Amino acid sequence: MTTRSILSVRGLKVHFGSRKVIQNLGFEVEAGDTLAIIGPNGAGKTVLLKALLGLVPYEGEICWSPTVKLGYVPQKIAADRQMPIRVHDLLSAKAHILKLHPRCIETVAAMVGLTPEVLRASIGTISGGQFQKALIAFALLGEPNVLLFDEPTASLDELAEERVYDIVEQLQREQHLTVILVSHDLSIVYRAANKVLCVSKDLVCFGPPREVLTPAALEAMYSAPPQYYLHRHGKEPDQPGKAAGHD
Amino acid sequence: MARSLISQARLLDMTETSTVYSIVLALLFAVAAGLVGSFALMKRMILGADVISHVALPGLGLAFLWHFNPLLGGGAALFLGTLLIWQLQKKESFSTEVAIGVVFAGSVAIGAALTPKEDLVEVFFGKFEQISGFTFLVGVMAVAVIVYFILRFKSALILNLFSPELAAATGIKLNRLNLLFLLAFSLTVLIGLRFMGALLAGALIIIPAATGRRLADSIWMFLFASTLASVLAVGIGFLLNAFVFRNIGLAPTIVMVSTLLFCLSLIRSRT
Repeated sequence: MTTRSILSVRGLKVHFGSRKVIQNLGFEVEAGDTLAIIGPNGAGKTVLLKALLGLVPYEGEICWSPTVKLGYVPQKIAADRQMPIRVHDLLSAKAHILKLHPRCIETVAAMVGLTPEVLRASIGTISGGQFQKALIAFALLGEPNVLLFDEPTASLDELAEERVYDIVEQLQREQHLTVILVSHDLSIVYRAANKVLCVSKDLVCFGPPREVLTPAALEAMYSAPPQYYLHRHGKEPDQPGKAAGHD
Repeated sequence: MARSLISQARLLDMTETSTVYSIVLALLFAVAAGLVGSFALMKRMILGADVISHVALPGLGLAFLWHFNPLLGGGAALFLGTLLIWQLQKKESFSTEVAIGVVFAGSVAIGAALTPKEDLVEVFFGKFEQISGFTFLVGVMAVAVIVYFILRFKSALILNLFSPELAAATGIKLNRLNLLFLLAFSLTVLIGLRFMGALLAGALIIIPAATGRRLADSIWMFLFASTLASVLAVGIGFLLNAFVFRNIGLAPTIVMVSTLLFCLSLIRSRT
């Protein structure tokens, strides 16, 4: 683990019974990094995030810096939306468990743009975008310095997706957070991440997106020739055969 | 003569005191049932309330067969049943309902086989009886433990209901929380077991929670409405049984009142 390193993973293996989900994965994350984890369905991205959170048993080494405080935004919540629980009830439950001052709820709500009306609303009555903001606010309680996102915009329309990533980028800028996010969307990877981890059960590539996301790496990961291209604004023509993104 | 009168008066006092103990404990049971029932309803284990009380049957049967305190027998059976359900719950292939269902079927069969025929009605439908100061005190302490558990762990219970994964990521020990909730659940059933009977003890966990859910839009309103519906059912049930429906058992009267309150709650239209 280097001095700036906030997370070091070595020889990570996760299996459920005889099914191997992650085999021999290793990488490092430095403070302030935005690491995007990409890979095909079933590659073990969500399981990797859960292993990092200590929610699933694993073999190998996951070493977080002692100063780390984690915030987690899950992929989807299977909660019964009919439960008489308000957004404020959820935030206040976490604040109570972490022994935080109730005023923290207003602070995190303001950070993600949750209005007092939404705070008072039942979780069953708010939109997908508001629900996602509520989950981000939930993750931000306790002032984490590392945020883990599991496909934070999976069920949102493009406009809501843009807003969520705007919030993430703003938080990272203002709060100096380290972000680890799972995403299917390569344009998000190019836009938001300074490191990318490509997984397909084991490590396919790791490093800055523009260096490691080669057609060969994408083909190895998705077992098919990549159909993405790098779109450049301006006079330079589009270059086929590379991953999509915006400069 | 005078001595006899005094002793009769003392006996009457003691009897009245014991009756008051029984009624107060029944009302306190209603408070615990309302609180536990609210979370059981949200945990989608509301049918478990009905079924888990049946788990006490083998213990009650043995107590009647061998003439020892039915609460001891019922309590021991409930405790073992709870531990078994907790273990079954942890296996991914078992949902709570399936787990409880398996334990339930075995318990009813064993309980029905063990209980002497003449005691079956009492075991199933309960019996109002005066209780000693000691039993009252133990009951009050049990209710206090249940109320303390719900209030102390309410935030963890809410997060666990919303998302076990997020709850675990927040540092909540889910396995321990689930066991404690099942124990609070079983303890509530145990307090109501003697006067409500094994068949109806779960009803006061189910019906008032369903009533409260109809009336409430927030968690605190829900807890309050369920508890109030439960206390009203027991209170009105006692009064009706004492002055109107004297030939009907206490437990069926209480459950009928509770059902009526639920029907009244249906009048409120939900948005």
